[in-house]
Amino acid sequence: MEKTLVVEMKNITKRFPGVVANEDVTLQLHKGEVLALLGENGAGKSTLMNMLVGLYRPDEGEIYVNGKHVIINSPQDSMALGIGMIHQEFMLVGNLTVAENIILGLKDLPTVPPISEINEKIIELSKKYDLKVDPTRLVETLTVGEQQRVEILKLLYRGADILILDEPTAVLTPKESQELNKILKKMLSEGKSAIFITHKMIEVLEFSETLMVLRKGKCVGIKPTASIKELSEIANLMVGRPVLFELEKGPFKPGKVRVELKNVSVNSKTHTRKTLDSISFTIRSGEILGIAGVAGNGQQPLSEVITGLMRVNSGSIIIDGEDYTNKTPLQIIKAGVSHIPADRGRMGIVGDMSVGENLSMKKYRTQELSNHHMINKSKVRQFASNLIQKFVIKTPTQFTSAKFLSGGNIQKTILAREINSCKGILIAVYPSRGLDVGAIESVRQNIIAQRDRGSAVLLVSEELDELRTVCDRIAVMFEGRIMDIMDAQDASTEKIGLLMAGVERSEECDS
Amino acid sequence: MNSLDLITKLLAATLAMGTSLTYATLGEVFTEKSGVLNLGLEGTMLMGALSGFAVTFHTQSLMLGVIIAMLTGGLFSLIHAFLTISLRSNQVVTGLSITMFGTGLANFLGKRLGPVENNLNLVGLNLAAKFENIQIPLLHKIPVIGAFFDVSILTYLLYILLPLSWYFMYKTKHGLTLRSVGEAPRTAAAMGINVNKTRYIYTVLGGFFAGVGGAALSLSFTPSWNDSMTGGIGWIAIALVIFSAWNPARVAIGTLVFGGITSLQFFLQAAGFKMVIPVQFLAIAPYFITVVTLIIMTINSIKNKGSFASPSALGTPFAIDEK
Ligand SMILES: Nc1ncnc2c1ncn2[C@@H]1O[C@H](COP(=O)(O)OP(=O)(O)OP(=O)(O)O)[C@@H](O)[C@H]1O
Ligand SMILES: [Mg+2]
Repeated sequence: MEKTLVVEMKNITKRFPGVVANEDVTLQLHKGEVLALLGENGAGKSTLMNMLVGLYRPDEGEIYVNGKHVIINSPQDSMALGIGMIHQEFMLVGNLTVAENIILGLKDLPTVPPISEINEKIIELSKKYDLKVDPTRLVETLTVGEQQRVEILKLLYRGADILILDEPTAVLTPKESQELNKILKKMLSEGKSAIFITHKMIEVLEFSETLMVLRKGKCVGIKPTASIKELSEIANLMVGRPVLFELEKGPFKPGKVRVELKNVSVNSKTHTRKTLDSISFTIRSGEILGIAGVAGNGQQPLSEVITGLMRVNSGSIIIDGEDYTNKTPLQIIKAGVSHIPADRGRMGIVGDMSVGENLSMKKYRTQELSNHHMINKSKVRQFASNLIQKFVIKTPTQFTSAKFLSGGNIQKTILAREINSCKGILIAVYPSRGLDVGAIESVRQNIIAQRDRGSAVLLVSEELDELRTVCDRIAVMFEGRIMDIMDAQDASTEKIGLLMAGVERSEECDS
Repeated sequence: MNSLDLITKLLAATLAMGTSLTYATLGEVFTEKSGVLNLGLEGTMLMGALSGFAVTFHTQSLMLGVIIAMLTGGLFSLIHAFLTISLRSNQVVTGLSITMFGTGLANFLGKRLGPVENNLNLVGLNLAAKFENIQIPLLHKIPVIGAFFDVSILTYLLYILLPLSWYFMYKTKHGLTLRSVGEAPRTAAAMGINVNKTRYIYTVLGGFFAGVGGAALSLSFTPSWNDSMTGGIGWIAIALVIFSAWNPARVAIGTLVFGGITSLQFFLQAAGFKMVIPVQFLAIAPYFITVVTLIIMTINSIKNKGSFASPSALGTPFAIDEK
């Protein structure tokens, strides 16, 4: 049976200064089908989709929707064709309410939108799809997971039939991802078609009927998902060479204590329960301490108190035997602490500065890159090109503005800078979010290399696999408290799972 | 003169002097809310003041004067919009140039558009009629409050425009569009909003208001034409936009405070206070107090909300295929 084509992109080429983001790509989406679009960071996936929703215009090629040749000049045009997209970066206005965000830009809205009616309609939709969210809340007060729900509600409210989902689960916790996946299944069962971009192979297998792989802007393969027997097959296709799923890790040889937290507490401005509640632990050199837990249970504040971005109300933070409680970020950087922040859009990168400048941002003050207040340009160039090579950052040149990089390559830029400038203590928060398989392996390997060289590392992650393979010890956080700290080899999924859910470790369990 | 009378008088003076300021501030609130900073306000207002005066002088029509002033203001802002939105020039530099250009041109034209009898000069001439105060029967007799009901038509219009602007901005879909464009233009664009068109509209609208603000000076408050007669009101308006936290409902508070201090200063001078306090100090008082209030306000808003209420994308140009 021949299925009808809903979207056909024919021989699409898109060039940006210095890169060909898409070259002669042809994509077909059939009715009721999910097409997984895969590829390394910077392969051109988002660019291709942005052309379908009218944010970019193709340099060459044609687009057909429901069999008709269309020219999509603006998102307005694509909406009229029933195309909706969840973008890789959130497309929400922080100081508007959920409802306002959902109706934003709707054409057939009355001049004075009947807000209470709209709220009701949203509540109805969220009940139907099990998407809990209060339409009157300001978006900036929502968690990342809730914001993603708003993005989905936007699609539902507009009644889009062709869904484009650009890494919708990249920033979600495993539990949130599962919920999201359920909702997507429901939407698909109603006859909608979707293009799904993800780096998570499990999702590819679970959702898609067909998969299409891009490499360096070109399509290198289209296959029915059912024909895939091994995950490594897809990975090889994406990277163009076999991917090693093994990490080299030296023996565990902990040295002296580098970081010590003693009863650190932070009061919450909005809740009665504390953001951080008497946190105590140590990290020794040559050791990776993992922090497990469902996002929002204090992991991010924990990383911020250590790096000086958040003040503590009581307790002390000791780095190399000296008290660093409530010191400035600069003082803490000078003490040798590097930080890979969770909120990389805001804290990780200066979008208007070049990739090279971003890479040297932590080092340009030092002798290595400057002498007597003057930055040594040739040294900076050398330094930057080394890092770009070592961390395989895909950028046309090191002089390209950082904001033009693909989502994953922005991540790699930050990782490269922080891991490179690490002087013995590394605080890494969700370092592998949004990276392709190859990049994840190399990031994990780099973190382990730091440890083998004698650094003390704190790794916040939601992926138990990552924690178990990379870390030496794992602490589980729940509601601002540390439930337990255990050796990585003792950490079974059930044990961590219970602790993450807030179930106290009972005596029987222990013995 | 008893103290109630004094306060009433002070309020009346405040309203008269605050009218022009309120128009300019309100207009700039709209412009900045869309993400465009228009520092050309001072020059735009001056052009409005001049064109309004010149037209009314020659035609005797106040209405026509105000309309031409409004259009002139709009035209000047259109230049700003074209340069900053379409050509993506720096908004600060462009705004400053517009102020210099507007000031220069207004002063130049002020010596060219007058009657032949006066060597084509407009300076020193009087209008046959100005916008007179209109008293609302009974209401204007109430002590203190009465001052609100004894003002010119331009001020009465503000009583409608201010709440209407607030309603427009926070309750209508156009207001929603406006706010999103200044806050997150990329998101707005992805939602199908034409960001640059929206910015054009509200920059020009801001210019309309600035033009009327200028005319409120030259046709009502001090019905005459003088070189640089706005005397920095355009700049104060820009400060008051911050004071009002980009909310039309709070514009009036700012202009009342500033207008009040300025009028008080005149009263004190007239009452002979210049013996005690040097007149120069009295003259800088309004500006000084505005700066102090701004500092306090800013500190407060940082404390309360953690972030400043300014539109996030203020001052940055936008293009869809850039990030
Ligand atoms: N607006 C732009 N200007 C210049 N270059 C751009 C722009 N947008 C994307 N690029 C470049 O196009 C290439 C493809 O980027 P794209 O965002 O499509 O990658 P991606 O496949 O989505 O990667 P990721 O998995 O990291 O999100 C990259 O090299 C990127 O630097
Ligand atoms: Mg992408």
